[in-house]
Amino acid sequence: MSTYTVHVTIENKPGINDPEGETILNDLVLKGNYSSVTKIRSAKMLKFTIKEKDKKSAEKKVRKLCDELRIYNPMVSQITVDVF
Amino acid sequence: MKVGVIVFPGSNCDRDMYHVLTDVFKVDAQYFWHEKKLPSNLDAIILPGGFSYGDRLRAGVIAAHSPVISDVKRLASRGMPVLGVCNGFQILVEAGLLPGVLLKNTSLGFMCKWTHLIVENNKTLFTNRLKIGQKIPIPIANGEGRYYADEQTLAELKKNNQIVFRYGEEINGSTMRIAGVCNKEGNVVGMMPHPERAVEPQINPIDCKPASLIFESLFNTIGVTH
Repeated sequence: MSTYTVHVTIENKPGINDPEGETILNDLVLKGNYSSVTKIRSAKMLKFTIKEKDKKSAEKKVRKLCDELRIYNPMVSQITVDVF
Repeated sequence: MKVGVIVFPGSNCDRDMYHVLTDVFKVDAQYFWHEKKLPSNLDAIILPGGFSYGDRLRAGVIAAHSPVISDVKRLASRGMPVLGVCNGFQILVEAGLLPGVLLKNTSLGFMCKWTHLIVENNKTLFTNRLKIGQKIPIPIANGEGRYYADEQTLAELKKNNQIVFRYGEEINGSTMRIAGVCNKEGNVVGMMPHPERAVEPQINPIDCKPASLIFESLFNTIGVTH
């Protein structure tokens, strides 16, 4: 068994608007003259520390629990899973 | 007859709901802590508003895994009237008892104001005393109240007449200004606005009769006369 860090990033699907990201872009970043920034999407990240036999099973276990326990709502959100 | 008011850690409209049931409408009500079993001789279940589990992760999602929810599901499947208000609506959605999802308001802020609803479906167990198109003055108080349904869900909602209430004005970015929906059978209803804050003239500056009819519809359903 090894210890892995698994980052789960939860963000709105592309078609779902993200008022938080839009506000950060329009009212902070663009007003701060960073005009090369064209888009900001906000997200929530959960960092799991997990003991599993390998990287693959760590990812599989975290993906399973995210689906089963509705860590994200599949109607509006998607997740990205990174294992370290 | 008895109405069960479910209490989660962080519920804060449970007392208002209990007060309205017992003091305003003089019906029997009982609190049920979310870890308790629900007796099957209840006549209705209400999930009140609040901030269960501090809205951690997402409003309603942690409470949706509470032990009491399996009882709510079982009783709902037998046709028991179930109403979720505000956080109660969020919990019913996260528990899969109602379709759609509630997102952060487009304002990004907590909104607390009076608005009005338009009745879209008066066949549910909580709207049978109301008329289609009837206006209900009522307050909202939420941060994650923007109802969203994808195209497929929306088509189902329309087909099955599951849109119960719509806001009379654009308020928070909800799909089709939807404020409340029901399950296909019409015995489970969820709504973001607070009917329990709108049934007494002392605190309703407009007209408390329409919101009272939501409760009176329930009493009509379960055979209590007023």
